Amino acid sequence: MTSSPAKTLEQGIEARLGDALAHETRPGYTGYRVEAARLVEAARTLRDDFHYDYLSCVTGVDQLPEGKLEVVYHLFRTQGGGALVLHTLLPRDDPHLPSLVSLFPGAELQEREAYDMYGIRFDGHPDLRRILMWEGFAGWPMRKDWKEAFYEQEGKPFDARWPGGRARRSEDQNPFGSNVEYPPGFTLEGYVPEGEDALYASFGRIEPGGNGSGLRTDRMLINLGPQHPSTHGIFRMVAVLEGETIVDIKPVVGYLHRNHEKIGERNTFLMNMPFTDRLDYINSLSNNFGYALAVEKLMGIRPPERAEYIRVIMAELGRISNHLWFIGFLLNDLGAYFTPALYAIQDRELILDLFEAITGSRMMCNYFRFGGVARDLPEGALERIRELVEERLPHKIDELDEFLSGSEILRGRSIGVGVLPPERAIAFAAAGPVLRASGVAYDVRRAEPYGIYDRFDFDVAVRTHGDVYDRYLIRLDEMRESLKIVRQALRDIPAGEIQTGKATYQVRVPAGESYARVDGPKGELGYYVVSNGKPNPWRYHVRPPSFISLTPLGEMCRGQKIADAVVILGSIDITLGEVDR
Amino acid sequence: MSEGPDVSVTPIPPELQGKVTITSLDKIYNWGRRNSVWPMFFGLACCAIEMICTAASRFDLSRFGMEIMRPSPRQADLLIVSGTVTKKMAPQIVRLYDQMAEPKYVLAMGACASGGGPFKEGYNVVPGIDQFIPVDVYVPGCPPTPQALLHGLIHLQHKIDGQSLREVAWYRRETAAEVPLPLLGPDLINPGQAGLLRERAAQASAQGGAASPTLPSS
Repeated sequence: MTSSPAKTLEQGIEARLGDALAHETRPGYTGYRVEAARLVEAARTLRDDFHYDYLSCVTGVDQLPEGKLEVVYHLFRTQGGGALVLHTLLPRDDPHLPSLVSLFPGAELQEREAYDMYGIRFDGHPDLRRILMWEGFAGWPMRKDWKEAFYEQEGKPFDARWPGGRARRSEDQNPFGSNVEYPPGFTLEGYVPEGEDALYASFGRIEPGGNGSGLRTDRMLINLGPQHPSTHGIFRMVAVLEGETIVDIKPVVGYLHRNHEKIGERNTFLMNMPFTDRLDYINSLSNNFGYALAVEKLMGIRPPERAEYIRVIMAELGRISNHLWFIGFLLNDLGAYFTPALYAIQDRELILDLFEAITGSRMMCNYFRFGGVARDLPEGALERIRELVEERLPHKIDELDEFLSGSEILRGRSIGVGVLPPERAIAFAAAGPVLRASGVAYDVRRAEPYGIYDRFDFDVAVRTHGDVYDRYLIRLDEMRESLKIVRQALRDIPAGEIQTGKATYQVRVPAGESYARVDGPKGELGYYVVSNGKPNPWRYHVRPPSFISLTPLGEMCRGQKIADAVVILGSIDITLGEVDR
Repeated sequence: MSEGPDVSVTPIPPELQGKVTITSLDKIYNWGRRNSVWPMFFGLACCAIEMICTAASRFDLSRFGMEIMRPSPRQADLLIVSGTVTKKMAPQIVRLYDQMAEPKYVLAMGACASGGGPFKEGYNVVPGIDQFIPVDVYVPGCPPTPQALLHGLIHLQHKIDGQSLREVAWYRRETAAEVPLPLLGPDLINPGQAGLLRERAAQASAQGGAASPTLPSS
């Protein structure tokens, strides 16, 4: 893309909204600053007149030195192109600003997260409750002046761990022998747990219903999970039912919230790389990819050619292994208990063997580095990959297609179920296959190519019905496209270096912000990193595609049968490590 | 061998010859149990994926009679804690453990379940499930490979082999007490620490509401 249309667009925006938007002047920052009072107006104009219709990422930042809290918005156009970043600064003592949920419903869960982590209130939000922590938890954990019970120091490496330092078990230093702390004077006597009243109250009054045929029925509220065999981990849904029909359903998350971002801000930049593996643990390589890109953007470096090709090959193999897993477990949710899953896992194991040979680990690859990859491909790896993508996997995908796609039960259970129309999919900022199955040809690899994706010839897989069946078919399409990309990469991969500059443990990252996104198997995976020039990031935020794709769950499930909720959830393809972080 | 039964006096009927073996009750009881340990179908995090791979055709848990994963705690013998235990999830896991019928075993799979792992310092992470429920086998790894999990399960079988009917807890007259559920207050509350909590509160009020315990900085 040339810079002139982008320039025209920028001039157009400034002409229309010049008085509401001010250029961001902090060094290393981009985008505009907007007052809380004019946020909604600016966002509406950007959406309606400039086609910034995809509000990808909403997050809070604690600007403690300035005594402010900040909310950062990343808007994109589904036609393609880069981000428009809006910053809103708020006073720390009473942080509140208008909610954007009425314009972009996809912001709902993200705004709740910002409230939960920073205590920023979003006026007009339909359901502002804690989301990752529980109701009644003391404190806003992501604020810089809030310290966890096992707190040692602002940044790693901790002094106690250096040679000569005295490392002690954190449990031994805590009076309770665990990582807990309570407000002063707190005892069990007189303590009333908040429980889940707020959650159940958010459904409003549950009126007795009728099924339209004169039968008097009761509406019923049921919980699925967190321990449930078909919720793909510890995920919980609360549903209001009328007979078997879903009246309303809400996701309840946070059961695997393991403080990725708080720990990430104590870690040095490189230390975060193995942590990103554990976000979407089915597919660690795309996670590495996005994070490496975000930090490379700040550092202003690019990996050498060979490393670029290795990255693409690994990321696409990861996508195939993820989609194989997805198809197996979607069929599990449909009641084909484990038979398709066993066939799918069989070939996933072959890919994992390759990962183990190349990176040293089956699942947690920790393979990418800033400006390269950790090590070169071992001898014979390319031949093994070639054999896999030429001989084995195409047949496997055809086999799955042949045995499953025509199955009457699969078709009966999934066609027309959980429909998400394209305009709603965009509004909800649904990501990746969920968005594309609704007929929106939006793929970050094409819309804003990263790495060397602009060199490959592949199609963006699109399906048009937006139901569960199309979300299943699109995974087959995507695997075929990934094979195409890997074949081209195998053909073109050059010999040479795999790392720009010297590989170091402690990288120097200039101050500034950066947002990098990749099209992972679950969709747009973004990393928002703010550096202040220190060894560890000031802010480290992950835009998790499967978390945000959960926002339309209620809309997709309403009016369906409760058994379909399980299938609809399965078709979104969530990984709890990424949803809860 | 004058001590053994006199075969010449009590002849073995021909239809039983070569088909009878003599063993101790403990041995036959444990032989049955060790080869039918049904794990609970319950995954927490990354380790659950490797647990599923262990159950799939390549590593094949059914070689050990363990392939029947039961989603209900009432029918399960083994709780594989496969992943990070968060504070929000801890009450659920303790309740599942309480709901399991004896004999029951717990396997802490991976670094997180054993001791918090890479996420130990997190504000929502329980540093090891053994803070709440007793663990029989710890399997290291992040995540442990299927081979490592199998190794842990074989260890569990050895443990079962060593148990005796005479001593096991579940045939005693008195029933074992349930593990009290942790509570979600301002932070995770272990009901067993109620006394300690009261003590700290008294101390705080004596000092005029000093802040909660702070750690030395190094």
